Amino acid sequence: MSEGTIARPVAARRRLNAVGTRLDRYASGTFIFPAVLVILAFSIFPLVASLYVSLTRIKFAQGGIDFTFVGLDNYAKLLVGIDHEHFLGVFGTPTALGLTAGVAVAAALVWWIARYVRAGATVFGLVGRIVALVGVSALVWLAVETLSSGGRPGTMVVTFVYVFVGVAVQYLLALVLAMLASQHLPGRRFFRVVFLLPMMITPVGVAYLFRMLTDTSKGPLYPVWAWLGLADTSWVTNPWGARIAVMIGDIWQWTPFLFIVLLAALESQSIEPVEAAVVDGASRWQIFRAITFPQLLPVTSTIVLIRVIEAFKIVDLPNVLTNGGPGTATESLTLHAYTIWRALDFGGSAAVAYLLLFVVTFVGVTYVNFVRQRIAVVA
Amino acid sequence: MALAILRRRSRSIYTPPPLGALASYLALGFWAFVVLFPLYWLAVTSLKLPIDVNTGPFYLPFVDFKPTLENWRYIFVDLREDTFRPYLNTVVIATTSTVIALVVGSMAAYGLARLQYRPTLGAIGVFIGCAALAAVAIGLGVPWVLAVVAALAVLALLLQTIGKRFRRALGNNDIAFWMISQRMLPPITVVIPIYVLFQQLGLLDTWAALIITYIAANLPIVVWLMRDYFQSVPLELEESAAIDGASRYRIFRTIVLPLSVPGLVATFLFVLVFAWNEYLFALFLTTAKAQTLPLTVAAQNATRGPQWWYMSVLILIMIVPVIAMAIALERYIARGLLVGALKG
Repeated sequence: MSEGTIARPVAARRRLNAVGTRLDRYASGTFIFPAVLVILAFSIFPLVASLYVSLTRIKFAQGGIDFTFVGLDNYAKLLVGIDHEHFLGVFGTPTALGLTAGVAVAAALVWWIARYVRAGATVFGLVGRIVALVGVSALVWLAVETLSSGGRPGTMVVTFVYVFVGVAVQYLLALVLAMLASQHLPGRRFFRVVFLLPMMITPVGVAYLFRMLTDTSKGPLYPVWAWLGLADTSWVTNPWGARIAVMIGDIWQWTPFLFIVLLAALESQSIEPVEAAVVDGASRWQIFRAITFPQLLPVTSTIVLIRVIEAFKIVDLPNVLTNGGPGTATESLTLHAYTIWRALDFGGSAAVAYLLLFVVTFVGVTYVNFVRQRIAVVA
Repeated sequence: MALAILRRRSRSIYTPPPLGALASYLALGFWAFVVLFPLYWLAVTSLKLPIDVNTGPFYLPFVDFKPTLENWRYIFVDLREDTFRPYLNTVVIATTSTVIALVVGSMAAYGLARLQYRPTLGAIGVFIGCAALAAVAIGLGVPWVLAVVAALAVLALLLQTIGKRFRRALGNNDIAFWMISQRMLPPITVVIPIYVLFQQLGLLDTWAALIITYIAANLPIVVWLMRDYFQSVPLELEESAAIDGASRYRIFRTIVLPLSVPGLVATFLFVLVFAWNEYLFALFLTTAKAQTLPLTVAAQNATRGPQWWYMSVLILIMIVPVIAMAIALERYIARGLLVGALKG
C-alpha cells in the first residue's frame, strides 16, 4: 500500500513522476489510512468480536462480565430450540394457494438451473446457483408455512415482508411520481421539494406521527372510521393491521429517496430516442416500455439494492409505533435482537444479529450476482 | 436559435395535453397532500391543549379549537434543560461526526479515485494473523497494551519478510468495494462489541462514543458518493498543478475539493440526516447525559400514555433545521445521489 502513481498514459505519468512520485509515496498512505483504521476498529473488529459473543453466554460476575463459551447453542435455540417460534414462527397448514405459489417458485428455480446447465455450466457458477436455490427455497418455504392459516410468522418472515413489500411499493410509487413530476408542468419544483420532506424526518417521529394519524377515536381520520363503523377499534391488536401500519410509515418515509434519484435519472436522459419514437408514431406506453424504462434499469438496480439493504435494518418504526406488538407480530430482526439484549442475553442477541447479517449478505450477494447482472445485460 | 428550436420540440414531447396535465396535477396533488397533511397535523397538535386532543379530531385552529402556546412554553420554559441538552447533544454529535466522516471519507475516496493501491495478499494475511494472535493473547490474560505493541512489532517484522513473498495484490476497486460493503452491516450486529468497548474505555454516555460510532457507520456512504464525484473532476487541472510543483495534499485541498463542492454538499446533507435521526446506536450507547433527540422524542411515551401535544413540539423543533436545509439544497441532493447510483 505504499507506491502511488497516477493511473494515466505513460507520457503524462512520466511528466508527473519527477515531482509527484516521491511525495505520492507518503501521500497515498495518509489519504487512505484514517478511513482504513476507522473501519478496522469500528466495523471489522466489532464484527469479529460479535461472532465470538454469539458463541458465548454471559454472566455478570463481580467486577465485570464473564463469557462462557457455549458453541452453537445460541443459534440452535433460535432455529430449533425454545426460541424458534419467536424467530421463525409457528408453522400452520398451508392453503392450496400458498402451496401452489411455493411449488411454482421451486419449479422456476429448478428450471433456471437446468437451463444454466444446458447452456454450459462452470463448477463455480453451478455451486453459486445451487446455494441461491437452496436459500431462496428455504425462505419461500418458511414464508408459505408461517403465513398460512394456523401459522404465525416469526421475526424473520416479518422482516422479509417489511423489506420486499415495502421496497416494491416504494419503487412503484416513486416511479409513477417521478414520471409525472418530470413532465414540463408549471410549478413542478414545488412538488419535488415537498416530496423530499419525509426522508428528512426522524423515523421515531414518523412512528409517532402515524400512531397519531391512525388513532380511530382522536385521529384526523375519525370521520372515515366512524363511517366504516370502525371507530374506537384498535388496529394495534390485529397483527396484520399493525404490520400494515408499520409498512405505511416506512413507505411514506422512503418513497422520496427512490423518487428523487429516479427523477434525476429521468431528467438526464437524452431526448433524441423519444423524439424519434414520437415521429414513428409510438404510443406513450410503448415509449415507456421500450425506451424510458430500459434506460432507468441501471439506476434502478442500484437504488433498489441500497433500499433493500437499508430496509433490513428497520427498528425504530415498529419499536415506537407498536412496540413490536401485538405479541411479537411486528417485531423486526433488529428489534428482536434488541429485546433479547435488554433481557441481558448478550449471546442470544448477537446470534440474532449475526443471522440477520447472514440473511442480508445472502440477499445482497444473490441480488448482485443474479439479478443485477441480468439487468446490466438487458440494459 | 438552434436551442430555441430544440426547446420547442422538447416541450412538445414532455408537455402533456391539457387533460393529461389535469390528471397529473391531481395525482401529484394527492401525494403532496399525503406528504404535507401529517406535517400539518403535527403543527396543529402542538397548539392544542390535552382536552382538544382527547375529545376528538379538531382540524382548524381558531375555528374548531382555540390554539395555545402552552405546550411550547412547557417544552422551552418548564423543561428548559431537558430540551436544550439533547438538542445541543444532537447538534454537536451530528455535525462533528458528519464533518469528520466527510474529511476522512473524502481523503480515502480521493486516494481510491486517483492513486493506486496494491496491498499484497501476503501483507493482508500477515496483518490478519497478527491481529488474531493479539486477540488470543488478550483472551489468555495478557494486558492489552502489551499484546498490541507486541503484535505491531511482529507485524512490522513479518511485513518486511513474508509480506513481500506473496505478490498477488488487490486493487483500488477491491478496497473501495470492501469499504462500501460495510454499509451492509446491520448496526445491531456490531453494537454489542462497541458497547463493551466504550464501557471498557469509560466512554459510555459521552459525545465521543456516538461521534466515533457515527463516523464509522457513515464512512461507506461518503466513500461511495465522493469517489465517483472525484473521478469526474478533470485530470488535466491536477496534472498542471503537479507540474507546477504542488504536492498531493495541496492539489487535493486547493483544486479538487473546491471543484467538488456540489458533491460534498449532497453528501454532507445525506450523512447529516442519518446522524441527526439515528436511533439504535444512541439507544445502546447513551443513557442521560449524551442522549440525543430521537431518544427524547421516544421517551415522551410516558406512563400516562403518549403526550401527543409535547411530542409534536419536540418533533417539530427537531425536523425544522434538516427540512430547511433540504429545501435549500434540494438541487444538490438529486445530482449528488445520481452520480453514485449511475456508477454503482
